[in-house]
Amino acid sequence: MKTRTELLLELADDELILGWRNSEWTGIAPFLEEDVAFSSIAQNEIGHARALYELVARELGTDADALAFDRRPEEYRSAPLVELRRLEWARTIARHWLYETADAVRLEALKASSDPEVAGLAAKMDREEIYHRMHAEMWLERLLASGEGRERLQEGMLELWPYALGMLDGELRPPFEAIVRERLPFELPAVEPVPRGRHQAELEELLGEMTTVRRSAPAGAQW
Amino acid sequence: MIFEVFRQERKGQAFVHGGSFHAPNREFADAYAREFYARRQESVALWVVPREEITTIEEFPDEFDLKYRRVDGYSIKARLKEARAAAENAIRLRDAGSAGGA
Repeated sequence: MKTRTELLLELADDELILGWRNSEWTGIAPFLEEDVAFSSIAQNEIGHARALYELVARELGTDADALAFDRRPEEYRSAPLVELRRLEWARTIARHWLYETADAVRLEALKASSDPEVAGLAAKMDREEIYHRMHAEMWLERLLASGEGRERLQEGMLELWPYALGMLDGELRPPFEAIVRERLPFELPAVEPVPRGRHQAELEELLGEMTTVRRSAPAGAQW
Repeated sequence: MIFEVFRQERKGQAFVHGGSFHAPNREFADAYAREFYARRQESVALWVVPREEITTIEEFPDEFDLKYRRVDGYSIKARLKEARAAAENAIRLRDAGSAGGA
């Protein structure tokens, strides 16, 4: 059984790392309007991460920045799905859709939590995530509408499916799997999930880049 | 497709044109309008309209200069100028006359 701190850190790390990955499209998204929209989604995810880190930091007697930037790579609890660097649009959409779908299942469970702080924050996050899901869904529909789009999306989904399955565990995995299988017009194989904690090589590189400013600033610098 | 966005800053206020953007369909337009014109809570409502749905009218003939149609009434600027000139002239003539009689 995971503790509250572990659960919140998983969620926070997922949001932070995915927010970072999505922000890699800033300036190079397929077209200007999407550039703004996708960057905004990235900012939202990082905002969610901050709220979650603050909640955890109070318990651990630290602060949100220390949790976000000062841990060693192996201490992060992010799912491998969000760590992968995939600068190809169809794969990005595949991950975006899989992540948002899994996240919805996870948030639904957290909203029912007996812990009012957790339930409250989950509800607050969900009010923004609704728009992320709409965004992911309209892109899914758009890619499925053309031959090439569908082909590339399918490739991405097949590649990412084991990672997506690894994002949730226990009782949350079956409902997630059911939603995905029902929505996608192609078959997904039965695969072994890539579990949380088995970090991708890309994570270390990402953390190096993400913490550059933090590491170069003198201790105690105020922002 | 190009969409035009009109935004309302406060409830009850008129919608004013905010700008335009490209989107493949109405769903995308809806999402992009939120991001472009309301992400920072700068609008309370948006109208998102495909540009092709907007009718542009820009020919307004007024061949006979029907001034009486204007809500601001008749233009009296020219006549006022004439009247002033006449008055000034009359004063000058009067003054010249009285100076000669002394």
